[in-house]
Amino acid sequence: MDMKSKPPVGWNGTTLKEMLAASERRFADTGHYQGLAELPIADRKPLLFERLHLKLRGALVSAREVARNISASPIVKELGELCFTVFTPEGDSVTLSTGIIVHVHTMSDVVKFMIRNDFEDDPGFAPGDIFCNNDVLAGNVHNCDIHTIIPFFWEGELVSWIAGVTHVPDVGARTPGSSPVGPMSTYDQGLTIPPQKIGENDRVFRAFRDMYKRTSRTPLLLELDEKTRLAGCVMIRQAIENLIREEGIDTYKQFMREAIEQGRRSFIRRVKRMLVPGRYRVPSFCDVPWENERGHLPQAAVNTLMNAPLEFTVNSDGTMKTTLDGASAWGFHTMNCSPSALQGGMWVMMCQSLADAESINDGAYFAMDQHFPRGSWTNPDNPEAGTAHAWHFLWSGLNGLFRFLSHGYHARGFIEEVVAGYGTTTNILYGSGLNMFGEPFAATNMEMTGAGLGARGCRDGLDCSYAMWNPESDIGDIETSWELWEPMLYLGRTVKPNTGGAGKYRGGNALESVRLVWKSQQAVFQHVGHGMVHVNCGLFGGYPSNTGYRRSAHDTDAFELIAKQAPLPTNDHDPEHSQVETMIKGRHIVDDNALTLPEPYSDGDLYVSVIQGGPGLGDPLEREPAAVVKDLAEGHLLPRFAERLYGVIAVQGPDGAWHVDVQATAARRAALRRARAEESVPVAQWLATETPRVQNGELPPWVRRMYQESIRLSTDWGGEFKAFWGIADGSAVYEPAAKK
Amino acid sequence: MSEITKEILDRMIDGRSSWEELVAVMRADKEPDRFAKYREVLQERATWRDRILLPIALHLCIVQKDDGARVVKCDCGHEFGDYRRNWKLSARVRVRNTKAGIDELYPHPMGCNPEWMELREYFCPGCYTQLDVEAVPPGYPVVFNFLPDLEAFYAEWLGEKI
Repeated sequence: MDMKSKPPVGWNGTTLKEMLAASERRFADTGHYQGLAELPIADRKPLLFERLHLKLRGALVSAREVARNISASPIVKELGELCFTVFTPEGDSVTLSTGIIVHVHTMSDVVKFMIRNDFEDDPGFAPGDIFCNNDVLAGNVHNCDIHTIIPFFWEGELVSWIAGVTHVPDVGARTPGSSPVGPMSTYDQGLTIPPQKIGENDRVFRAFRDMYKRTSRTPLLLELDEKTRLAGCVMIRQAIENLIREEGIDTYKQFMREAIEQGRRSFIRRVKRMLVPGRYRVPSFCDVPWENERGHLPQAAVNTLMNAPLEFTVNSDGTMKTTLDGASAWGFHTMNCSPSALQGGMWVMMCQSLADAESINDGAYFAMDQHFPRGSWTNPDNPEAGTAHAWHFLWSGLNGLFRFLSHGYHARGFIEEVVAGYGTTTNILYGSGLNMFGEPFAATNMEMTGAGLGARGCRDGLDCSYAMWNPESDIGDIETSWELWEPMLYLGRTVKPNTGGAGKYRGGNALESVRLVWKSQQAVFQHVGHGMVHVNCGLFGGYPSNTGYRRSAHDTDAFELIAKQAPLPTNDHDPEHSQVETMIKGRHIVDDNALTLPEPYSDGDLYVSVIQGGPGLGDPLEREPAAVVKDLAEGHLLPRFAERLYGVIAVQGPDGAWHVDVQATAARRAALRRARAEESVPVAQWLATETPRVQNGELPPWVRRMYQESIRLSTDWGGEFKAFWGIADGSAVYEPAAKK
Repeated sequence: MSEITKEILDRMIDGRSSWEELVAVMRADKEPDRFAKYREVLQERATWRDRILLPIALHLCIVQKDDGARVVKCDCGHEFGDYRRNWKLSARVRVRNTKAGIDELYPHPMGCNPEWMELREYFCPGCYTQLDVEAVPPGYPVVFNFLPDLEAFYAEWLGEKI
């Protein structure tokens, strides 16, 4: 029986599905978006094109700035974790606001999901309809990013889609927070909203609102976020209506398509101007050390080492191919990614660096070919795979993208754009319980946006100010963003020395905070970071940035010290000579287990949060000694590392000022170079000793398992690995019989 | 900024640019002749006469030899061999795969756990400059960072003969 009963809403009497198929066919046939070999508005009427572009973009930015004030969540209101965009009827992004622009692509996938799955027939698309999604299988990074999408109609045709996204503070998972770490699958990671119609006539259905409010630990914040998204979309709709009245519907339709084709061409022009054709390999890794973590089911209580063998090929026509072939397997945790998430992640990084700032839309996406191997963490072949904290693997796995671009920029002489990578935005503090008002709370502290940017081509990295997923990172005010919501007082928030990687130019340092648990009941908090591996890598001889660590103090004398008005620790500073441990009596925990489950905390307990710095660039022995002394004076470097890392002998005068001992520094640097000669071997010699160890699998079990997974999932990657080490096909160590 | 001169590039290479100058360079259009100027600057600074084809890392360039060979060469003059073979295989390496080795670089526990990851420091055998650091799990093959397509770059992008 033919279920198609509704009249089509696409252009010229076609369905959206027909429009999408035609668009894809034209691109495949011509290589141009919508087959546009010429751009009559952009090329012949550039002022009109700019006027349309700026009015639309202005409407989006304005809507974001106004709508965020509806939200009560510090994540949206203070940190700006929201974004709006306008799509063509086929779901291709025309332009966007500022904010978490990763979702420009994920929401594009959602629109296409609805079109491909015949939403035009059921439930149908009509003016005033409201749709929602947070499901990664349709298009998302993780379920705390909730999308509101509305169709825009003009004279009976669906002319555009308008979409907004906010990052909500809690999704009602097994463990608290926006990106829960503790659930092991889709089925305990909280709220899932597959694409669906949630309202009509600009009003959200009450049943939908009741559903999500009953699910989350922060119902009021979710409700206000939902109003934020819808209000922004409606403001943009009004702006587009005005634009069409002023410029005409045909001009608007043509503009949308030209804007995307121009974005694609602009991206290719930038590639040819700033990069070099060739192959770039930039692998990264990430740890989930849960073998000894109590509270997991057996399949989740394992040590997992993630392999992200990221590779880019820049083609001679300026297009680009990306592959994560060789990625390790998905696992029972929430760090798995969808292709949509990875595409969005790459897109947001390209937009910050390579793409022309004035031509950012889905055009860049059309210039890239991407491969995410099925069954790996990049593209799980089982819907059970959890994704609620997909960023954990995503920001680790994509760190190499900046190293790729920087190799190209450096080769072409654009060294002002070179950057070694970034610190991932960890540690994240999640928590729940009863707060200082006796009310349930869920904490998602996002001051981890104060990570360090990697060193740049001719300068140190930015300190305490970079989040790869939001180019406008903001750590939030202590009082209004965090102490208002979390039963924890800040004893201090300072720059953490030695978090940036060493190098000729050092990576940007990051923040650390010391929190005092206060007036709480049944509170649990957790550390979410990377403790075992460096998830970034230095560039051109620089070192990676710090790994995370857990430090907490329980059953302390903090309130007694306060009563006596005695000093309190404002930071941990040097973990080998901890201020917290020196100044506070109690049961201290410090280790490299930076990825925990929620742990109980009582009033007076201390929680230390150490954020990650950026990686360094260049040989540390080439760093200007004056820069090392400046770091010492400003607290960016622990004194004993001036000599160890940089060979700089610095002397502190009676006035506390640091000075370089020039002669001693020259001698020390010469000695460190001699040590390199004495302690290094030719690589061939090292490989000769290393090969039998690798052949025999004399590696920690989680490392060996990572290789087994990558070999199983990729013939090419596995073939190269085996060829490099001289391992035979069918090796019992690396290719054991498949287990069910 | 009207023109990004060779003097400005020289200052950028040495890290001597003021913040104001660097911001102006970042904001300026990415000019089409940057590569030509940059290569001239590098060639003038080189202590050897081989023609630079492409810089591939700090201190490392692919150069053209008189016999037509294209090799990776360090600023100090050391040659690593054909650019299509990973230069690291001809370097020297020091592997930090112990707690003590990692703790020399990072206050404990702010460095990696050597059961999960090691740091491989690659040095030029001629001058012992640290050219690259790999942060990889034990057993990871040596990473071939960058293999340029020189022919396409010169013929199709620059419109020049190599």
